[in-house]
Amino acid sequence: MSPILLIEQVLNGLQSGIMLFLMAAGLTLIFGVMGLINLAHGSLYMIGAFAAAAVAAATGSFVIGLIAALIAAAAAGALIELVVIRRLYDRDHLDQVLATFALILVFSEGTRWLFGSFPLYLDVPAALAGPVTLPGGILYPAYRLLITAVGLVVAIGLFALIARTRIGIQIRAGEADREMIAALGVDISKLYTLVFALGAALAGLAGALVGAIQSVQVGMGEPVLILAFVVVVIGGIGSIKGALVGALLVGLTDTLGSVLLPLAFSAFMEPAAATSIGSALASMSIYILMAGVLLFKPTGLFGKA
Amino acid sequence: MSDPMLDIRNLHKSFGALKATDNVSLDLHPGEIHALIGPNGAGKSTLIQQIAGSLTSDSGSVHLSGRDITGLSNVARARAGLGRTFQISSLAMEYTVLQNALLGALGRDGGVMRFIKPVMGRGDLKDHAMQALEQVGLADLAAKRTADLSHGQRRQLEVAVALTLEPSVFLMDEPMAGLGASGSKRMTGFLDGLRAKAPILLVEHDMDAVFALADRISVLVYGQIIATGTADEIKSDPIVREAYLGEEAAV
Amino acid sequence: MIMARETLLNIILFALLPVTALIAWGLDEPYIITLATKAAILALAGVGLNIALGLGGLISFGHAAFFGIGGYAMGILASHAQSYAPIMEVPFLIEGTKSMPVIWLVATLTSALAALAIGALSLRTSGVYFIMITLAFGQMLYYFAISWPAYGGEDGLSIYLRNDFPGLNTLVPLTFFSICFAILAVVLWGTSRVARAPFGLALSASRQNAVRVETVGIAPYRIRLVAFVISGAVTGLAGALFADLNRFVSPTMFSWHTSGEIMIFVILGGVGRLYGPVAGAALFILLEHILGGLSDFWHIYLGILLLLVVLFARGGLIGTLVGREVAHE
Repeated sequence: MSPILLIEQVLNGLQSGIMLFLMAAGLTLIFGVMGLINLAHGSLYMIGAFAAAAVAAATGSFVIGLIAALIAAAAAGALIELVVIRRLYDRDHLDQVLATFALILVFSEGTRWLFGSFPLYLDVPAALAGPVTLPGGILYPAYRLLITAVGLVVAIGLFALIARTRIGIQIRAGEADREMIAALGVDISKLYTLVFALGAALAGLAGALVGAIQSVQVGMGEPVLILAFVVVVIGGIGSIKGALVGALLVGLTDTLGSVLLPLAFSAFMEPAAATSIGSALASMSIYILMAGVLLFKPTGLFGKA
Repeated sequence: MSDPMLDIRNLHKSFGALKATDNVSLDLHPGEIHALIGPNGAGKSTLIQQIAGSLTSDSGSVHLSGRDITGLSNVARARAGLGRTFQISSLAMEYTVLQNALLGALGRDGGVMRFIKPVMGRGDLKDHAMQALEQVGLADLAAKRTADLSHGQRRQLEVAVALTLEPSVFLMDEPMAGLGASGSKRMTGFLDGLRAKAPILLVEHDMDAVFALADRISVLVYGQIIATGTADEIKSDPIVREAYLGEEAAV
Repeated sequence: MIMARETLLNIILFALLPVTALIAWGLDEPYIITLATKAAILALAGVGLNIALGLGGLISFGHAAFFGIGGYAMGILASHAQSYAPIMEVPFLIEGTKSMPVIWLVATLTSALAALAIGALSLRTSGVYFIMITLAFGQMLYYFAISWPAYGGEDGLSIYLRNDFPGLNTLVPLTFFSICFAILAVVLWGTSRVARAPFGLALSASRQNAVRVETVGIAPYRIRLVAFVISGAVTGLAGALFADLNRFVSPTMFSWHTSGEIMIFVILGGVGRLYGPVAGAALFILLEHILGGLSDFWHIYLGILLLLVVLFARGGLIGTLVGREVAHE
C-alpha cells in the first residue's frame, strides 16, 4: 500500500472519528449530567440530515440547510425532553432504554411516512466538490477536510463552553451533585432541557455534515449510535475527553481496519478468501478494541471508578 | 493469652493525600467484644471496609483464625467466617424476612448452584434460618416483606442474617444506630450473649452500649489508634480526653 | 384474592395460544395457526431474556445475538444437509442435518457458549455500560453475519423444506405449533423451578442488593453469568425454531431491533412475571396483525403504545389486569 493511500485513509479515519465525537459528546454529556441513556440520539442525527437535505433542496443553499439541521435537531431534542425524557430521569435504566427505543420507532416510521423510503440526496456545495492538494501532493476531497475542521472547531468550542462559561460550570456542578446545583438556585429543569437540546444539535450537525457524503435515509442514525456507544464505553461514561479519544480511536480503527486487514491477509492467502476474512474481521475490529479496553479498564479509559 | 480470632496488623489506606487509616493494628480474642470508637471522619468506615475486603488496603495484613485473608475478596472473607452487618441496613427489600435469612443459610451451605428443588422445600436451610430469626425475635414476622419492616426490625434482621452464617468473627458497624432507647437496650443484651458464640468487633457511637459491652476499647482518631484499653482505662486516658472528648466538646 | 386472580390469568394466558391454534385448525385457517406458532416462539425468546432481565435485573440489549446464533445454527446445519456437502472434513467429519432435536441441541449449546463469552466480559461492568456493551456485541455479530459471505451474507439463507422430527409431519401447521408450544411449556415449567430453587433465590437477591449477596459469601458475578448463559441458551433455541418457522435466516435476526422487540415482549407482558413474555408476545403479534393491516407505519403506534406502557403502566399487561406492579412469592 502506498503511503499516499495510507495518509488518505488516516484522514478518512480522523474525519469519521470527529463526526463520531459530535454524537458521542452529546450522549456522554446527557448521561453525565442527567444520568440518562438515550437510544434516540441516532434519531436526532437522522432528523438533522433530513432537515438539511429538505431545506437545502428547497433553498438551494447548503449553509441554510445546515442551519435548518441545527434548529430542527435542537427543537426536536427540546421537545422530546419536555414531553418524554424529563419523566425518565428518576426511572431506572430499563425504563429509559424502552422509552427511548419507543421514540426511535416513532421517529423512524414518522420520517418514512413524511419522506418515503427512498433516500434523499444532499449535495456537497459546488465550491467544495473537488479535491484539494495537500503538502506532499496528496489529493483529498475538500469537503471531507472541511467537515473535519468544522468538527474540530466545534469540539474545541465545546471544551471551552464546559471549562469557561457559566453554563459549563453549571453542567459540571450538575455532574458532581444534582442537589447542590438546585441549592445554588440554578433552574435545573431549564438546564436539563438546554443540555439535551445542545446534545441534539451536535447530533443533528453531524447528521447533516455526513449526509452530504452518504445518502440521507431512515435508519441512518442507528449504526452511528451504536458506534457512539462503543466510543462512550471505551472513553468512559460522562467524560468529554474520553469521548474525543474514544471517537478518534474508533474512527481510525474502523477505517484503517477495513483497508488494512484484507491487505494483510492477502499476504499469505488467495485474494478472494483474504478479502472475505479480512472484511469480516474488520467489521468486528472496533468491538474487539472495546472488549480489549474493558478487560483492562471496565470503566473506560477516562471513566470514574 | 489465647491466639486472636481476628488479627489486624499495620493497615494503611490513603485517598490521595488523605491518610484514611494509618498503621492500624488491633486484634480480637475469643469471647471478646472489642469496640472501636472515634469521631466522625476518623476512618472507621474505611477500616471496616478494609477488614471486610470491600476496599483493598495499601499495605498491612488481616488474619482470621490464624489464616491470612489479606488477599481475599469480600465474598471469600465472608466464606472464611467473617460475619458483617452494615451501618445502613443492606437487605433484599422485595424479599420476606424469611427469604433474607434463607439467603444467609444458603450462603453458609454453599449449594447455590441448584436449579430444580425449591429452596422452601429445603428443611435444613429453613430450620437454620428460622433459628436465627428466633434468636433476634423476628420469628413471628418471617412472612413479612422486608420493605415493610420498621427501621429497628431491619437492624435485627441484619444481625439474624449474620447469625445464619455462623461466623467465627462478627464485624458490626453501628448496630444500635437509630434504634431508640429501648431497642438499644435489647440489642445490647443480645450482643452480650452473642460474644460466647463468636467475638465481636463493634463500631459504635452509642457510648452507653460501648461501656456496657466492651471488654476492650480502641480509639481511632485521624486514621490512627491512639489508645486501646478497658473502659476505665479509656475514660481516664489523658490523650483520649484531649483528642477525642475535647474535639467532641468543640463540636 | 389478588394472587388467585393472577393464577387464573396465567392459566388463561397459557391456554390462549393452543385454544387459538385449535380454533384456527377447526376453521381451516392455517395462517392463524402460523401466527400462534410465531407468538409461541417469540414468547420463548422472551422467556429466555426474562431469566436475565426479570430475575437477574440484567438489562441485556443484545439478546438478538443468541436469537441469531440459534437461527444460523439451524440454517447452517440444514443448508449443508440439503446440499449434501459436509460442514467440515478435517480434522473430523461434520455433516449437516435436518433433524430438529439435533439442531435444537446445537443451537442451544452454541448460543450458550456465545452467552458465556459475551457475559463473562459484559458482566465485569454494570448499569449503562452493561446495556451499551451487550448492544455492541450483538451488533458485532450482525455486521459479521453481513460481511461473511459463506452463508448468504446480507441476503441470508433459505431452507427449502422444514426440518424433521421423528414420527411427526412437521409441515402440518398444527403439528409444528404443537412442537413449539410443547417446548415453550417445558421451558416455562423449568423457569418456574429455577426461580424458586436456591439459584433463583440468590439470583433475584443479587438483582435487589448485590452487596447483601456478597456478604453472605456468594459471588454475584458467577450467579449472573450462569443466569446469562441459561438466558442466552433459551433465546438461542427460540432462534432455531423461528428460523424453522420461516425456513429462512438472515442477519436481521441479529439486528438490535430484534433485541428491542424481544425486550418489548417482556415489558408489554410485565417484567419478572413468568407468563409476562407469553402475554407480551401474543399482544405483539395481535398488534402487528391488526395495526399492520391498517397502516404500513404501524411501528409508530407500537412506539406510542410502548411509551405509554413505560410511562404509565409499569406492571405491563398482567400487572395492569391484576392491579399491581410486582408479584411477590
